Amino acid sequence: MKVKQWRLGVPRALFYYYYAPWWEAFLQALGAQVVVSPPTTREIMDLGISLAVAEACLPVKVYYGHAAWLAPRVEALFVPRLVSVEQKSFICPKLMGLPDMLRAAIKDCPPVIDVTVDMSRRPEEGLKAAIRDTARAIGSRGREVYRAGEIARARYRDWLAGQQEQGREFSPGKKEGITPGGQPPLAVGLVGHNYLLHDRYLGMDIAGKVTRLGGRVILPENFAPELGEAACRRLPKRLYWTLGRKIMGAALHLMEQEEVAGLIHLTAFGCGPDSLVGDLAERYAHRHGKPFLLLTLDEHTGEAGVETRLEAFMDMLARRRPA
Amino acid sequence: MKVTFPHMGHLWLVLKAALTGIGLEVVVPPPCTRRTLELGVRHAPESACLPLKVNLGNYLEAKELGADTIVMAGGVGPCRIGYYSQVQREILRDLGCAYEMVVFEPPDVHFNEVWDKIKYLNRRPWQDGVHGVVMAWLKACAVDALEQEVQRLRPREAQTGLADAVFRRALQELDAAGSRKEVNRVVKEIKGELAALPLKPDVRVIRVGIVGEIYTVLEPLVNLDIEKRLGALGVEVVRGLFLSRWINDNLFKGLLPLPGHHPEKTAPPFLNHFVGGHGWESVGDTVTFARRGCDGVIQLAPLTCMPEIVAHSVMPAVQQATGIPVMTIYLDEQTGEAGLQTRLEAFVDMLRRQKGVRAG
Ligand code: SF4
Repeated sequence: MKVKQWRLGVPRALFYYYYAPWWEAFLQALGAQVVVSPPTTREIMDLGISLAVAEACLPVKVYYGHAAWLAPRVEALFVPRLVSVEQKSFICPKLMGLPDMLRAAIKDCPPVIDVTVDMSRRPEEGLKAAIRDTARAIGSRGREVYRAGEIARARYRDWLAGQQEQGREFSPGKKEGITPGGQPPLAVGLVGHNYLLHDRYLGMDIAGKVTRLGGRVILPENFAPELGEAACRRLPKRLYWTLGRKIMGAALHLMEQEEVAGLIHLTAFGCGPDSLVGDLAERYAHRHGKPFLLLTLDEHTGEAGVETRLEAFMDMLARRRPA
Repeated sequence: MKVTFPHMGHLWLVLKAALTGIGLEVVVPPPCTRRTLELGVRHAPESACLPLKVNLGNYLEAKELGADTIVMAGGVGPCRIGYYSQVQREILRDLGCAYEMVVFEPPDVHFNEVWDKIKYLNRRPWQDGVHGVVMAWLKACAVDALEQEVQRLRPREAQTGLADAVFRRALQELDAAGSRKEVNRVVKEIKGELAALPLKPDVRVIRVGIVGEIYTVLEPLVNLDIEKRLGALGVEVVRGLFLSRWINDNLFKGLLPLPGHHPEKTAPPFLNHFVGGHGWESVGDTVTFARRGCDGVIQLAPLTCMPEIVAHSVMPAVQQATGIPVMTIYLDEQTGEAGLQTRLEAFVDMLRRQKGVRAG
């Protein structure tokens, strides 16, 4: 029996862009009312910046903003402590401390549901524990939880498949669409965390900008994840950050495709893992002779500056193109 | 084979004892200087954290002295240190600087690998190797014991700098010591010398705990000699991080009966989970220092250090609950002496006022 119909706040930031369908389906199936913060705006970002320590990375600051926006509007915040989502891998340390960080920063912080997701050792058990603890936090247990888990899993699977579907158009060698100059658009690989690539405000819609400049963007979800994983296995040492591996894998895979003209790595100021992963990707790209553009976003990044850099990059790619 | 390793405070003394003990020719990199830092900064990724940059500088400087093999520690996350070696290798390769790298990763992941690496490095009968390791351990403990004496004396000595001069000599003598007996003799003599130093008549010191990321806490080049600066300001520095304790916690898995860190007991409810690096310890030690009556805490971290940013973020809660003032200092190649000094003075003044103790 439901004890209570919770109004749960889910910040639209960070891992929302990886797991939202799962979370939403699960929490709703258990009878909670899910309130997701609106897409990032200047106000939300500024709110976050004012609350977080200056040294935090931009995506974390933006997360603070979303959480603070939700705080007065909900009965509890859903901020899982993401330690690891797969074996022998980690999420960035900042995500491990996120619930504690928010509690210390937000005045009148509502209760925080901070279930730990740690799948680094025994993935199955880690996931099960996280599901059980989440359900318990909102007062559910037993069969109901199992059923909600099934629903969430199904929704998540469909969502992933949908993403792949969208990306199907990228198959190496396929060159549809002709630009005014009579040539097919330049294929540009775009890699980075989903919470940058898919947050339109924070990420400045780089994909859209590249498209408008006559490019054809290839995102990591546009090809089978196994290809990236396989590319990463060629590294001398296993990359132990889940997201770092996704980024590196995508970059390595893309730089090996002949039709990819160049790569853009979108990163956020203050991102620790990216500072190493991105540097390695850039070195490998150079060795492959693939142009590589590093775009670092910070709170002062202006739209105009980004556009100029993208234009210059696209021009350079066009000039390099064999006639 | 000529092996080198990165500098971290007095670690060189310990590593040198261990590596020469197994019969290797060791090239201790020149002590960290501005040049080391500049070399590293020039070639490392801009937003990498400071230890990576300084270590890279160490390798480049050691190369000039003929080193050809690097021995260093690795890791399997979540902190960046585990991937340093990979990035550094590629940087060195792009620079055309040939090095072999022997990276020690945590034994619970690749125990055989660790074994193979030791076998690969070892040049002597096993008994000698064991002797080397024992010497290294004794020296680590000796350095730590003496350094703690020096920390106590700095704010109290009549003439600033004398205790440090004695300590510098102690390091040389310990480096030269070849047996347990000699190490003990050095410790005893130096302790005697330290005890004989003239003290200021009636000083009233304040006590400040230092917490933070191990490299910035232990390496004076990057923390701009913060402990000496504090000592000169009349502050007795205490810290939870010492080489011997770190070696015990990490390599011997806490087998030896030394006081260890127990962040799982001290850090909650402020930080309820480990976050890599020393983030959890930073919070836990701050709580410990508050309980032990320290007047303040300084947290040191390399700029962009992820675990310390987490710790920093929860410090307001610790401060509110325990009442202990905490100042966080991020260090990078741009940190200037003047700026640091001003911040320290302001912090110490504030602590003194709070304590109701007159300065001086
Ligand atoms: S992975 Fe990077 S951007 Fe994401 S939270 Fe960690 S430091 Fe920030």
